[in-house]
Amino acid sequence: MTDRKNYMYKSWWKITCILLLVFTFSFGLLVKIPDLPALEQTSRNLFFHVAMWMAMMTLFTISVINAVRYLRTFNLKYDIYARQFAAIGILFGILGYSTGAIWMTYTWADPNNPTFQSFQALAREPKLIGAAIALLIYFAYMVLRDSINDLDKRARISAVYNIFAYAMLFPTIWIIPRLLPSLHPGQEGNPALNFKDVTPALRLVELPAFIGWTLLGVWIATVRIRINLLKEKKMAQ
Amino acid sequence: MKFINLKRIITVVFLLCMAMVTNAQDTAKPNSDFMRSNGRSYVVIAVMLTILTGLVLYLIRLDRKLSKLEKD
Repeated sequence: MTDRKNYMYKSWWKITCILLLVFTFSFGLLVKIPDLPALEQTSRNLFFHVAMWMAMMTLFTISVINAVRYLRTFNLKYDIYARQFAAIGILFGILGYSTGAIWMTYTWADPNNPTFQSFQALAREPKLIGAAIALLIYFAYMVLRDSINDLDKRARISAVYNIFAYAMLFPTIWIIPRLLPSLHPGQEGNPALNFKDVTPALRLVELPAFIGWTLLGVWIATVRIRINLLKEKKMAQ
Repeated sequence: MKFINLKRIITVVFLLCMAMVTNAQDTAKPNSDFMRSNGRSYVVIAVMLTILTGLVLYLIRLDRKLSKLEKD
């Protein structure tokens, strides 16, 4: 079942991942950042907090691709792929959420910030609600998938649900937060991706950071996939 | 199989409550406390440590699961 030529068993991209993360942690703290009074040094969180969401988005995309691949081939291998990539996507989503909580406490959700009124304003923050809904939908995916005992039924139902969950990501984290007033930056376009609000120096660290964190997520996911493939092999014996 | 276990729920709730915990320090004046000193660079450190802790905890859990699998 396990193909030795599979990318999971290659090490070049794991080495790339380590190198990119070393670059992120060193140059991320050294690079000259634009002097913004509201952010100061916290702009460097671009390489950590924002990268978490990029990694989450990529992992959920890989997950939905594998769900579709399962529905096309009915090969249970792809069901395992889809489930493990979604699980690591959730992990990165939770990390993005908690790092965002720390960042906002000292920037826009700060009682010293004149545009911030109260905890109520925080509870109404569309981006936070949207991201929470998106994560809860994926929690539901895990609960749904792991509650069905029949292998084929489980794979089929969860693959279909995965496609719906992925479709719900777009309104909850990309569309609705942009239609409503928000304290969170990135109202007018793609935050961190457009050329207006990122200087070339920041971009030099930003892109390696995004790729490095995403590769780390893929790495953890492939380890889990390999464990599960082994488990299945053991059970078949 | 066991996705909903108590430990996991507690971890998630704890991480999501971090906002409220850190928000409780609302008496601070600008640039006077530790987190706001040095151009708020300690916020970046806190974020980096959160990610590291999260990933390490996850890997420990995965390691334990794998050891259990290897045993039986």
